[in-house]
Amino acid sequence: MSVLVDDDTRVVVQGITGGEGKFHAGQMIEYGTNVVAGAVPGKGGQEVHGVPVYDTVDQAAREEDADASVVFVPPAFAADAIFEALDSPVDLAVAITEGIPTQDMARVNKRLSEVDTRLIGPNCPGIITPGEAKLGILPGNIFESGNVGLVSRSGTLTYQVVSNLTERGIGQTTAIGIGGDPIIGTDFVDALRLFEDDSDTDAIVMCGEIGGEDEEEAAAFIDDYVDTPVAGFIAGRTAPPGKRMGHAGAIVSGSGTGTAQSKIDALNDAGVPVGDTPEEVADHIESFL
Amino acid sequence: MKLHEYQAKQVFADAGIPTPPSTLADNVDDAVAAAEEIGYPVAIKAQVQVGGRGKAGGIKLVDDADEAREAADAILGMDLKGIHVDRVLVEGAVDFVNELYVGVTMDRGEGKPVAMVSTRGGVNIEEVAEEDPDAIVREHVDPSFGMHPYQARRAVYEAGVERDVANDVASVLQTLYTLWDDRDGADAEINPLMVTSDREVIAADAVMNIDEDALFRQPELAEMEEDAAGGDDLEAKADEYGFDYVRLDGNVGIIGNGAGLVMTTLDLVDHYGGKPANFLDIGGGAKAERVTNALDMVFSDENVDSVVFNIFGGITRGDEVARGINEALEGFDEIPKPVVVRLAGTNWEEGMEILNEDLVTVEKTLEDAVQRAVANADEVDQ
Repeated sequence: MSVLVDDDTRVVVQGITGGEGKFHAGQMIEYGTNVVAGAVPGKGGQEVHGVPVYDTVDQAAREEDADASVVFVPPAFAADAIFEALDSPVDLAVAITEGIPTQDMARVNKRLSEVDTRLIGPNCPGIITPGEAKLGILPGNIFESGNVGLVSRSGTLTYQVVSNLTERGIGQTTAIGIGGDPIIGTDFVDALRLFEDDSDTDAIVMCGEIGGEDEEEAAAFIDDYVDTPVAGFIAGRTAPPGKRMGHAGAIVSGSGTGTAQSKIDALNDAGVPVGDTPEEVADHIESFL
Repeated sequence: MKLHEYQAKQVFADAGIPTPPSTLADNVDDAVAAAEEIGYPVAIKAQVQVGGRGKAGGIKLVDDADEAREAADAILGMDLKGIHVDRVLVEGAVDFVNELYVGVTMDRGEGKPVAMVSTRGGVNIEEVAEEDPDAIVREHVDPSFGMHPYQARRAVYEAGVERDVANDVASVLQTLYTLWDDRDGADAEINPLMVTSDREVIAADAVMNIDEDALFRQPELAEMEEDAAGGDDLEAKADEYGFDYVRLDGNVGIIGNGAGLVMTTLDLVDHYGGKPANFLDIGGGAKAERVTNALDMVFSDENVDSVVFNIFGGITRGDEVARGINEALEGFDEIPKPVVVRLAGTNWEEGMEILNEDLVTVEKTLEDAVQRAVANADEVDQ
């Protein structure tokens, strides 16, 4: 079992003829993901890695029975591509693109409240169910199938923590990178709910970082709803206020909200141990299993 | 990206928000001439991006030409919290009876814009928000529609703005929202929005932060960027190289890929008793040249005593990184600061083979790499 994606997931890649889209579509196929179509305006009729390309997501989804989309479209056009996915028959859109204007994402966010389609990202590495499917840019070889769910705002930090787990022989049900932007689709609470409801997920890793209050909300949700043991990690303890630390969303505000300490305290209060190092996170997870 | 006051005022005035008459000057004679032209009293205001300008002596109110000359002479060329003042805004002083606050920002928790009004303007609004949150009225806006005029009116009346100026204040708020929306603002605020004894409403200050990710479609504002940047030379250099970089005050230089992992590396340096000198994210898929540039950046920070280079490759390849590190270091007769490298993920084995271990120390885990770099910095320090 897993959440959201598995080897039945039929994937359309938006932007499959671009550099990034083409490269990662190839990597996804190599990993075993069921990539059934590409969608690029004006490129309908072509083939990339033997996969048919359509002009619209609608056509691709209809003709190839796709149920998920991955967006590799440059920032200026990415919000439009996400809208297109949300208005198509796919149930899941995964937006990898970094640097989408925040006001565009506010409009996407409004649309999300009106449709059933789920969005993961943007500015995220994607989602992987080890051994079955990956939608995004995660390096498949560090993951191993198992019983730990992982949700994270950061890509490479996810890889670090996953490798700490995999090296101990602890595999993953599904890993979800929810993205480092201030406005995202699926958030910690959504991901925690999915893992809590998944019978094969026996423990959850949650990697947060400074900025916003999503981790605090997640802590409250864990307290009320989640029985599966959770271990946390929070990046950015040493970040100064008012500076954007790489991710658009990773900023401690001038008035002092969004600090690592506030998130660590909230998680601890909800009974979630927070590791000082990625290795300590793996220690906690090992103790749960 | 934060606009200077004079830039934001210009943008606000162009949109139709009333602002006091003002002129930018970069020398004392021009400043005095501008003051004469505008008519006293005038305020002479340092144009630098630091908080608390007034308290630090960067704003002076003057009543005649002699005072104007003295103030301009004092402010031009002064250092305000480490930033050199090379321009002043000469601005007509406003005879006010009331100070309000209006602002627009993105409420990230709600994922939608929020417009704000308060009758407690003229003071630090974040302090007001903390002490008396009800003193600030918030109106959330549907970003796909924009702000309805009734929403601006509702916020203004709800805040208790005096009835005879309420329509004018609502109109300023409406304009500010439209401006924020059109110009891809992150925050836009007027604090204070003054009510004069003639019952006119006028923006005595102007703050405008632009979403950096949207500058590609705001060419006019992007042009202002260079001027607005100012400050740290290394941060300017990072902009040139296209790195996400933040300078800190420690002595362990940090280079890595991906925001979360670089932040984690900083935290671990602190955890093991060291002090991070910087945050430097080379991003995904970096080629050898970017790696060389990153080392150049960190080496040119004179506070740095030791460097840790931590890469977990997804789309970044270990062999490319290793090649870049070799290239950067082989150019030196003597390595300027000891470098510890940790490579993991895509092509790390190839990277390890390529790395010239005469030039760097290699560690296998993140924890070991950070501890070694902290120890190296301690050695240099002694």
